[in-house]
Amino acid sequence: MATLEIKDLHVSVEGKEIIKGVSIEVNKNEVHALMGPNGSGKSTLSFALAGHPKYTVTRGSATFKGEDLLTMPPDERARAGLFLAFQYPAAVPGVTVGNFLRTAVNAKRAGGAPVKALTGKDAEIAGKNGSQISAREFLKVLKENMKNLGLKEDFAFRYLNDGFSGGEKKRVEILQMAVLKPEIAILDETDSGLDIDAMKTVSDGVNRMVGPAMGALVITHYQRLLNYIRPQVVHVMMDGRIVTSGGPDFALELEAKGYDWIRQKYGVASSAAA
Amino acid sequence: MATSDETRIQELTRAKDDYKEVYGFSDREDYSFKSQKGLNTRVVDQISHMKEEPEWMRQFRQRSLQIFEKKQMPTWGGDLSTLNFDDIYYYVKPSDRSNEGSWDDVPEYIKRTFDKLGIPAAEQKFLGGVGAQYESEVVYHSLQEKWAKQGVIFLDPSEAMKQYPDLFKQYFGTVIPPADNKFAALNSAAWSGGSFVYVPPGVHVEVPLQAYFRINAKNMGQFERTLIIADEGSYVHYVEGCTAPVYSSDSLHSAVVELIAKKGARLRYTTIQNWSKNVYNLVTKRAMAYEGATVEWVDGNLGSKLTMKYPAVYMMEPGAKGEVLSIAFAGDGQHQDAGGKMVHCAPHTQSQIISKSISKGTGRTSYRGLVKVEKGAKDVKSHVRCDALLLDPESKSDTFPYMENEEDRVSIGHEATVSKIGDEQLFYLMSRGVPEGEAMTMIVRGFIEPLVKELPMEYAVELNRLIELEMTGACG
Repeated sequence: MATLEIKDLHVSVEGKEIIKGVSIEVNKNEVHALMGPNGSGKSTLSFALAGHPKYTVTRGSATFKGEDLLTMPPDERARAGLFLAFQYPAAVPGVTVGNFLRTAVNAKRAGGAPVKALTGKDAEIAGKNGSQISAREFLKVLKENMKNLGLKEDFAFRYLNDGFSGGEKKRVEILQMAVLKPEIAILDETDSGLDIDAMKTVSDGVNRMVGPAMGALVITHYQRLLNYIRPQVVHVMMDGRIVTSGGPDFALELEAKGYDWIRQKYGVASSAAA
Repeated sequence: MATSDETRIQELTRAKDDYKEVYGFSDREDYSFKSQKGLNTRVVDQISHMKEEPEWMRQFRQRSLQIFEKKQMPTWGGDLSTLNFDDIYYYVKPSDRSNEGSWDDVPEYIKRTFDKLGIPAAEQKFLGGVGAQYESEVVYHSLQEKWAKQGVIFLDPSEAMKQYPDLFKQYFGTVIPPADNKFAALNSAAWSGGSFVYVPPGVHVEVPLQAYFRINAKNMGQFERTLIIADEGSYVHYVEGCTAPVYSSDSLHSAVVELIAKKGARLRYTTIQNWSKNVYNLVTKRAMAYEGATVEWVDGNLGSKLTMKYPAVYMMEPGAKGEVLSIAFAGDGQHQDAGGKMVHCAPHTQSQIISKSISKGTGRTSYRGLVKVEKGAKDVKSHVRCDALLLDPESKSDTFPYMENEEDRVSIGHEATVSKIGDEQLFYLMSRGVPEGEAMTMIVRGFIEPLVKELPMEYAVELNRLIELEMTGACG
């Protein structure tokens, strides 16, 4: 049984079918790349797996560590160990990165029971019995990870994604992944809007985590990210289906030849779903 | 964070899980005097007599009563149709001994109430002075010696009228005359309790002075009167908090607050209003700011059935500044009609109104504000910003910004936004494992964060805690 197991998944958005039967298995220690032209349904797949309420699964199944993923609300999926790095993360003014992430860490520890913002003695006790991370311990973890990702310490006190540059948003997504330690991470076009240095930093962040504890599904348009994050498998998605898959070098072939030959070979209409 | 800070926060946040449990309890009524219901010349004389007031004050009250009776109810703002002036007790004296300088002398049952509300503990830890009002009378008033020695006065106004008759009479009723509006007239006729503060020139009172107002009886009317004079170059921060038991019948709270900031003074007035949802809260608050003086109103309105409150700053001389920071939270069945009023009477004056309101369930918030620039007030700057956040489809919010400008060289900016809790924000927070309810609370807290961070830490913690209570719907 794979950690993330998707079988014949169909997904609709506002009544329109976007994903038309996708099957994928991702395990820890694996990197899968999901490539494909614009509008082929890659982001839809990632939102559906994370549980966005606008995306309706009409057929098929998705299990995570053997549990039915599709019946879980988004927060439960996250606490189970699934992570989505957003292409366009929302800004939440007034909520600091540090405060938010500490709440998220404690929510995971509490297993979804309401997390009170504990302070003083209560927090100390909760820290000792392991039910909540102490402020000091958390700050240490956070700072270490911020340093790895080239983020200045003041990011802990900045409002989440509020006024962040494109590159900063992506780094903060990876920061969240590093702190929350998921078992499967879906990275939705994490490379878009990054210069080459930033891409290297972010890729290092991902590579540090891929291993016995985590596997990744990397969604990208371009081969260049895959120079830094080496996948074992490359899937090509078109019109809501995975039409073909290949080894690590398949990405290079796609980069050189484009997608048209695949359309012809597998008989996919060129006017792919929007 | 220092350990003592953590302990303070911990004490402030402990066990406050339910309005009914924490604030909504009531004491048995065992009072030394309770007026008959309704207000008339006899009741007014009775109040004045019991307080042993000078003749001028008795006449002031009677004159105010006449004005009150003549004035029409406001037809704007909130729904006042169920407010019955004849069904209210206007004066309730909890004890023969009042205005005590020591907690030990406060009647046991009242002491228990304020103990439950954490007032004496807070005083010891971070306040410069404390006043505690129960029904109509101030039962406790104290000021740290440090400030008393520097000439700071912090008293129940009735006591101030006795001890400092000239100073009191010079300023009382000068900022808000009885004829200002129906509720100012009502307060002027029936007033009892409140605070009188005088800060001498150049004295900076570095720690807040706090007053705590508690209504206990049913159908009670509380009409406290506060007068604060910050003399030249002085600084003071005054904080008030208020709660009441949860009753099915209504109570009325109608205060008058007059502030005077003389040349170069800075005066900050913070309110955390958390009345139970059966209280009409109809308050007139106004400040006069003289040359180079700054007045700031920080106004947090969470409780009450209906609040109508628009703190005002009249900038009387060049260089004066006025600021209102207003936070309103309206839950089911509540209406918060709040805002601010800035009147520029002199050139080179500046004002700012920032309002953040949150409506939940069937709650309704209205921003109502006025910026007025008098003839001759050149080079005036004013900025108004109001943001409303709606949590549910049936939640409501309105904006009523008024501007009256008689000058050319002015810069007035107005921005207003209304937003619903963003699905994308909510999903984003949840996608990191935060449960839905907490994600909502987080967004709301983030929304008011720019104002909350203006508060001293104790009040910021308290306000955040109250917002959390409202969000979980546990309030009475």
